[in-house]
Amino acid sequence: MLLRHTPTEIKERKALMINPAKTCQPIGAMYAALGIKGCLPHSHGSQGCCAYHRSTLTRHYKEPISAATSSFTEGASVFGGQANLLQAIENIFTVYEPEVIAVHTTCLSETIGDDLPQIFNKAEKENKIPKGKTVLGAPTPSYVGSHVTGFSNMVKAMAVLAEPSARKNGKINIIPGWVEPSDMEEIKRLCTLVGTRINMFPDTSGVLDTPLTGKYSMFPKGGASIADIRDSGSGIGTLALGEWCSADAARLLDSKCKVPCSVLDMPFGLKATDRFIDILRTVAGTSVPDEIAVERGKLVDMISDMHQYFYGKKVALAGDPDQLISMTEFLVSIDMHPVHIVSGTSGKKFEKRIKEITAEMECEVNVKAGGDLFLFHQWIKNEGVDLIIGNSYCKYIARDEDLPLVRWGFPILDRQGHQHFPTVGYKGGLRLLEQILGALLDRRDRDDPEESFELVL
Amino acid sequence: MGKAHKLVQWDPHNVKEKLLEKYPPKVARKRAKQIMINEALENTTPEIVANVRTIPGIITMRGCTYAGCKGVIMGPTSDIVNLAHGPIGCGFYAWLTRRNQTDAKNDTNSNYITYCMSTDMHDSDIIFGGEKKLAAAIQEAYDIFHPKAIAVFATCPVGLIGDDIHAVARNMKEKFGDCNVFAFSCEGYKGVSQSAGHHIANNQVFTHVVGSSTTEKNQKFKINLLGEYNIGGDGFEIDRILEKCGITNISTFSGNATYDKFASANQADLSCVMCHRSINYVADMLETKYGIPWIKINFVGAEATAKSLRKIATYFNDQELIDRVEAVIAEEMVAVSEVQKEVYPRTVDKTAMLFVGGSRAHHYQELFKELGMKTISAGYEFGHRDDYEGRDVIPFLKTDADSRNIEEIHVEPDPELFQPRKTAEELAALKKAGVEFKSYDGLNPVMDNGTIVVDDLNQYEAEKLVQLMKPDLFCAGIKEKFSIQKLGVPMKQLHSYDSGGPYAGFAGATNFYREIDRLVNSKVWNYLKAPWQEKPELSATYVWE
Repeated sequence: MLLRHTPTEIKERKALMINPAKTCQPIGAMYAALGIKGCLPHSHGSQGCCAYHRSTLTRHYKEPISAATSSFTEGASVFGGQANLLQAIENIFTVYEPEVIAVHTTCLSETIGDDLPQIFNKAEKENKIPKGKTVLGAPTPSYVGSHVTGFSNMVKAMAVLAEPSARKNGKINIIPGWVEPSDMEEIKRLCTLVGTRINMFPDTSGVLDTPLTGKYSMFPKGGASIADIRDSGSGIGTLALGEWCSADAARLLDSKCKVPCSVLDMPFGLKATDRFIDILRTVAGTSVPDEIAVERGKLVDMISDMHQYFYGKKVALAGDPDQLISMTEFLVSIDMHPVHIVSGTSGKKFEKRIKEITAEMECEVNVKAGGDLFLFHQWIKNEGVDLIIGNSYCKYIARDEDLPLVRWGFPILDRQGHQHFPTVGYKGGLRLLEQILGALLDRRDRDDPEESFELVL
Repeated sequence: MGKAHKLVQWDPHNVKEKLLEKYPPKVARKRAKQIMINEALENTTPEIVANVRTIPGIITMRGCTYAGCKGVIMGPTSDIVNLAHGPIGCGFYAWLTRRNQTDAKNDTNSNYITYCMSTDMHDSDIIFGGEKKLAAAIQEAYDIFHPKAIAVFATCPVGLIGDDIHAVARNMKEKFGDCNVFAFSCEGYKGVSQSAGHHIANNQVFTHVVGSSTTEKNQKFKINLLGEYNIGGDGFEIDRILEKCGITNISTFSGNATYDKFASANQADLSCVMCHRSINYVADMLETKYGIPWIKINFVGAEATAKSLRKIATYFNDQELIDRVEAVIAEEMVAVSEVQKEVYPRTVDKTAMLFVGGSRAHHYQELFKELGMKTISAGYEFGHRDDYEGRDVIPFLKTDADSRNIEEIHVEPDPELFQPRKTAEELAALKKAGVEFKSYDGLNPVMDNGTIVVDDLNQYEAEKLVQLMKPDLFCAGIKEKFSIQKLGVPMKQLHSYDSGGPYAGFAGATNFYREIDRLVNSKVWNYLKAPWQEKPELSATYVWE
């Protein structure tokens, strides 16, 4: 037993987090910043943060993750990190020649009170920022919120660049939230199919899913350009996918540039994708092409084909709030029973949404925002499930409790494919169902006694 | 890859120039001292600048002090509850990511390696101080797990807000009575790399744990294995071999370590240092305080393993042991030679670059030699000058502000437990027989003339080195892996191996031979160009012709 010390009895813990279902803000900011074209993320703190974030993102995306650090030592921690950041900005523009440096803070620079805008001003005055290049920054103290908050804060810092304009550009701003590069690609494809012109940021497709050619470019072709991000102030509207990841930036665009926004759920599963497509055509004033209706029909078809395997099956889910909300809804919509749901990120709103979504189910639902995988495991010990959906760390629980696991969310360190195959949209729904069915039936093929082992299940 | 690269000619001086040309002058001046062309000067080892600050903005391969303390040294221990005091990230990133394996065959069968514990500090803890939360977290960990020991790790903000983690640990230890609680001031910003964290970890383990065991180890030929972290099961393979030889490893620092193993390290007859960088001072302290001599050994590479076993056997000077070691080597080498013979024609004359944390950039060169491969450039991520130039330079190392922050503990012979294992005469005789004590020559002497040694290599220089010198294989960490591979060069992670292992010992050597064969001969590197890209010009032929 890998988690042999986890007791069934649940006692309230006030100070100790065990096996977190979240991590800290800067890694989210780093991932978001990689979705800007020609951008080098920069971690303002000691170098370990940057190393850890790069390692984790590298292991998840299987791609080079370039990011610089202010490399604080004790001196910088005492006297402030301004000198380090100024030196870093100069070195970065000279050596790596990015278009953009996106700086995020850490618990260290936040605690000593480094003021990013003031340091950027000084860099500007000292001509350390070459003409036409951009430096932007987001405060991402690690002791507030989670990696999801950090992602949101960096996306908001992008929205700060947006310029208000009386002339509209005819485009819809899409803020996709923390999804895979493949998902961002899929969102763009769906928008194109619906006939909407969009401006999407951040956009890690083409940045974190690059081909192997024998050439390495620190700044691949993908990403949202700074010009487009500035231009988002002229958009006809903004669709923010996910309250936790995207809403802050969208609301800022609304208040600052008078670009009206709608906050939607991330388009995972049937219903959330339906709402996304529906609002897309409404805002853009287009009609939905048959092609999308066919894609949708295929997903509905697959649900009906597979329904007997899903019906009434209990699922435990751990992950991030925006993803979990849509996933829970998807599971409920195919008559599965998500019974234990843990998000590491705090927020009472999350618990409320999950309660609403699962209200029609007759079974009890455990839900916790700001929970951890230790509690999650204890819930599973107390009430068994048929399937776990969560990140790679859930594999320890899955093995101990002998349960199938579908890897989904962040981070996935021991499997590949997630960076290339979307799980958003109708096509993504097909993939999710395929994975869920595969996990359930593989287990049955393993467990069924020989006499009931069947070719046609 | 392949043939075309063999034609590339390079001059190390030109390479160095190319590495530096784009840097701002100040950066170039600093880096020039850390990039050394190994010219094998007679009787002198070229000097290199190491263990100095990373340059802000230059994309470094290094991590932090916390990573060295919690991640590297204490992370692999099995029955000690490791508790990170800080925001959640530091605990999260050091959670199972180094592939340290454990078998939990300790006396309590406790194994907490799969657990990540943190005080998950929030802004209110930063403002009002986190000591109360830490004490409560220690209490909760004690109530749930009842471990023998709880280790507390400070993260960056803890040092800044001044939480007295040592006082909290002391109080809790007193309160529990049956659980040792100790803390590490390993804030990420201390020192210039992970190396400072190793130091802090080792010092605290030495102070709070070593020598405290009441169980007596009665086996013959007892050793400590220092600087082995059981990544990918390396430690299991080494222990298998030692056991087969009749040598008892009573305490590994710290792969698959247990509290009691640390606590009885003072009972060994000999300390064997694997990773010099991470732990040389512990070997020194064990000698000073308890009278245990130490030797440098290396279990990476079949020849190196054989050499190290012979060294240990010579030290014990017992004919039966010497014979047994020879028998084991002979037996084990059969399989090793078979694989080596099979792989050698496909690996011979290939070139490698090794940029790994500490001693691995040195140790793995022995394995590459066994494959007929040449290391054309190497360096450490967090080495000190003695790792490059040998221990003789230690008295001449200057202490700078960053090193001064790291506590040096002064030890004296223990009034009760000090017991010299060998007399001065015996030691002299062993020295004559070729057993070098307290000795390490470092990386530079093993590298060929004209090779390039780089300290604290960064991403830009790595990319340049690969483009200019076109090695057949590059070895570093996970952060470097994919940018190197995009360039069409296979990359082997030598920090936590990516996948696979063990690579130490005899079975490890064969694993590594096959892995390197796979990497340098993979067909994938031939697919980088599509057929229409190889010959882009159109010709007037038809497919049916």
